[in-house]
Amino acid sequence: MLITGAVVSVGLLAVSLRRLDYQALPQAAVLAATFFVASLISVPLGPSSVHLLLNGLMGLLLGWTAVPALFVALVLQAAFFGFGGVLVLGVNTMNMALPAVLCALVLRPLLPRAGPRAMFLIGAAAGAAGVMLTGTCVALSLGLSGEPFWPAAKAIVLIYIPLALVEALMTGTVMSFLNRVAPELVLHGEAPHV
Amino acid sequence: MQPSPLSPRGGRLLAQHDPRLLVVALVLFALVTVSLKTPTAAAVALAAALALAAAGGLPLRELLRRLAVLEGFMLVVLATLPFTVPGEAWLTFGPLTATREGLFTAVLIALKANAVVLALLGLLGGLEPAVLGHALGRLGLPEKLVHLLLLTVRQIALLDQEQRRLRQAMRARAFVPRSDRHTWISYGNLIGMLLVRSLERSRRIEAAMRCRGFQGRLYLLDSHRWRFPDTAWLVGLLPLLAGLLALDRLS
Repeated sequence: MLITGAVVSVGLLAVSLRRLDYQALPQAAVLAATFFVASLISVPLGPSSVHLLLNGLMGLLLGWTAVPALFVALVLQAAFFGFGGVLVLGVNTMNMALPAVLCALVLRPLLPRAGPRAMFLIGAAAGAAGVMLTGTCVALSLGLSGEPFWPAAKAIVLIYIPLALVEALMTGTVMSFLNRVAPELVLHGEAPHV
Repeated sequence: MQPSPLSPRGGRLLAQHDPRLLVVALVLFALVTVSLKTPTAAAVALAAALALAAAGGLPLRELLRRLAVLEGFMLVVLATLPFTVPGEAWLTFGPLTATREGLFTAVLIALKANAVVLALLGLLGGLEPAVLGHALGRLGLPEKLVHLLLLTVRQIALLDQEQRRLRQAMRARAFVPRSDRHTWISYGNLIGMLLVRSLERSRRIEAAMRCRGFQGRLYLLDSHRWRFPDTAWLVGLLPLLAGLLALDRLS
């Protein structure tokens, strides 16, 4: 499972790096840093608090660039906060990046024609899809390690559901905010100098 | 001025070595630890990782706080495993039966996971993020990825300050985070504002970098040299890891 994750992540990174222009690096870095900082904000939820994944929003705004941006954020989190280990880096990147790429491919093309209401809904869909797909990928990674892990995998999917709801609401808010304040970021955030 | 969220908290004892040595040592240690099959060997690995963490000089509170994050995720797995691995019955709670084999697996996983994270915090805890970026670049990570990492590290420090300013402005308007819709929408707007500000910033940075002749290439200027003691450490590490494997397979 560790090896599958590493192979898939290396493949995704190779594709996305080829698409990433050197000139776009500064902008990708600033957005990657924004997502890193935003994911440090602890959002109260019920009696506890959660951190956002934001991979749906990243896919929506960055397109394929979300993959290296997520990878960099995960490397920094692993090295400086000890989140996850060294060897699960590949699996983690896959679990975060696949949903982001899916949001980029499916939802991103809808953005140019979306009205204010649709913008919120697309954002909400990306937020919910990002979290739930990541949760499912984590559960699958665990479940494929052996049958005894199945109950834990199911529990993890359940834990992700409330997180997905909060993230949907927040990602929707972010998208309608951006639509009002900086529509150019929503429409072609990836390529400022075509 | 607030320190960057990424500024190193550890001591300088290990950080004086070539950072490539630390990264290579960490990967080797993690590979060996994950392949262990007996609790004895895993416990030895955990002890070695504790020694590394002590040598790394991360304050104890910091260490515990970071381990707690790992434990939160592990708890789900560890609590269910004794009941799901088939084997000889050990404890019975109503309809649930915990097995010895399940307990064994859970303990083994807990030991190994903690050993890897402790070793990571110990070995890399004293490194500056930029130094780590350079080390990864020298070890063959694609150039674009290294550039992205180095630029991101710099931006994180700046954007964290921006985020603090925005949050302070919210507090000044008597905003208190609660578990309700108002809080979530306010935080959504906060993240949106952060994105808008950061996009403006990235335009300025790009213009400034072009003014200085940036053509898509950063040069890795680091002063670290691979020295004899680094080779000695690496050579010294191999028999220790081999010993750990031998202890695991032969006992």
